[in-house]
Amino acid sequence: MRQDTNMPTEAVQFGAADASPSRVDPPGAAVSIRGLYHAYGDLNTIERLDLEVPPHGVLGLVGPSGCGKSTLLELLSGLQEPARGEIAVAGDSTAQGRLAHCAYMPQRDLLLPWLTAIDNAALALRNRGLGRAEARRRAGVLFQRFGLAGFERSRPAELSGGMRQRVAFLRTLLAGKPVLALDEPFASLDAITRAEMQDWLAAALRSDPRTVVLVSHDVEEALYLSDRVAVLSARPAKVVTELSAPEPRAASRDEAVTDPEFVAVRERAMTALHEGAR
Amino acid sequence: MSRWVLPALLLAALIGAWQLAASTGALADVLGLEPFLVPSPAEIASALWENRSLLAENAWVTLREIVLGFGCAVVVGLGFAVVLHLSETLRRAFYPLLVVSQTIPILALAPILIVWLGFGIGPKLAVVGLICFFPITVNTLDGLRSVNREATKMMRTLDASRSQILRRLEMPTALPYFFSGAKIALVIAPIAALFGEWVAAEAGLGGLGVLIREDGARLETARMFASVAVLSAMAIALFGLLALAERRVVTWR
Repeated sequence: MRQDTNMPTEAVQFGAADASPSRVDPPGAAVSIRGLYHAYGDLNTIERLDLEVPPHGVLGLVGPSGCGKSTLLELLSGLQEPARGEIAVAGDSTAQGRLAHCAYMPQRDLLLPWLTAIDNAALALRNRGLGRAEARRRAGVLFQRFGLAGFERSRPAELSGGMRQRVAFLRTLLAGKPVLALDEPFASLDAITRAEMQDWLAAALRSDPRTVVLVSHDVEEALYLSDRVAVLSARPAKVVTELSAPEPRAASRDEAVTDPEFVAVRERAMTALHEGAR
Repeated sequence: MSRWVLPALLLAALIGAWQLAASTGALADVLGLEPFLVPSPAEIASALWENRSLLAENAWVTLREIVLGFGCAVVVGLGFAVVLHLSETLRRAFYPLLVVSQTIPILALAPILIVWLGFGIGPKLAVVGLICFFPITVNTLDGLRSVNREATKMMRTLDASRSQILRRLEMPTALPYFFSGAKIALVIAPIAALFGEWVAAEAGLGGLGVLIREDGARLETARMFASVAVLSAMAIALFGLLALAERRVVTWR
């Protein structure tokens, strides 16, 4: 399970501020899904799905609830096997390989209440055999950079919802994997915190580019954070349409959502959503 | 601390009323007993003081049975729970039996255990250990199984091995469950020890159980109450220690 020794350790280090493109990006597509089928027993959840994400690309997935988006992320992170078709992360289509190259951030933050914030964030480092002090040191660098300084020793119960979600995201980042699978990361937050967190994540991805597959039930969120958005149909999930987010990317969410081009794309996404929900 | 004021006042009032009723002979009249059979709290206290070394020696015997029996049950119960948790087959075989076996009145086994294990500390440890084993094992196993499936998946994507998932996720999750099981066990452990002593009467130091029984035959009611007081104080102290340990270990609740 932990044979990911081919992973450069710099990937988890994030060295000095922005000069960290020392990661070795996989050649070709970071995520490639071809003719994917999945079913729970007789219930078909995914049908003939094709998707591709280039390195450092951000793909948003929107679709009606229960359409199999979360299942897709679990397939992507190697937690499940498809019934048919191919799903590859960094060119590796085995479950072990996907597990080694893709970090999964579940819907709920799932921080462990008995660990401090920094020990939660450093879980993957500890699992890889790093000592506690070194793991904390490396996680501490990110706490400084991502607005969590001073909360290292706090227990999850002492943190606000937004803070907890940040710690959960850092935990995913510190797994040091090239691909992040984010499952509605902000669904549990109130509207204001959520808008803040979307700006925060956009900034985080600008300073630490990763390949991201982001599931959201919020079209606006998906369009703001992603390069491209795939609209999925109701179960069994297939792609209704793929849309590109307006370029250049807006500097903030408020700016983005009022941009006429953004509004136009959002309308097309909404139409596709209604189409696919039928 | 203030939440203890009212119960303490109530306890003092009860003891005071008892003292009054016993020293005037009213309590004996109501019960239809000879006054010397109904000791007052003051008489119990003086019996406690006069017999302090006898009581202490017997209390030590009983305390050892409780603590050792409970300790064995903790070690074996925890180990067994982890084994059952890790092996689906063993769990499916054992778990239903474990749950059903909790209804067996283990105290009834005590005479058999004495036939097998003799009159030393062995049968008492066995009774205490057996009675403590079930709540500890079943609760810990339930705790290990209560882990959120999403959290397990998350740990897997964070490169955790099976043993790391057990150590970093499942065991801490199970800790509060273990403590509730241990508390149930520790409440019944003194009863089990006392019963073991009653059944396995031996010459010499038999513990508080034997002392109480023999004093009953001698109509030494004041010393019987003194034994009960010592046993209660011991049980309360042990429970308090366990609750303290829980608060030190389970800091996130």
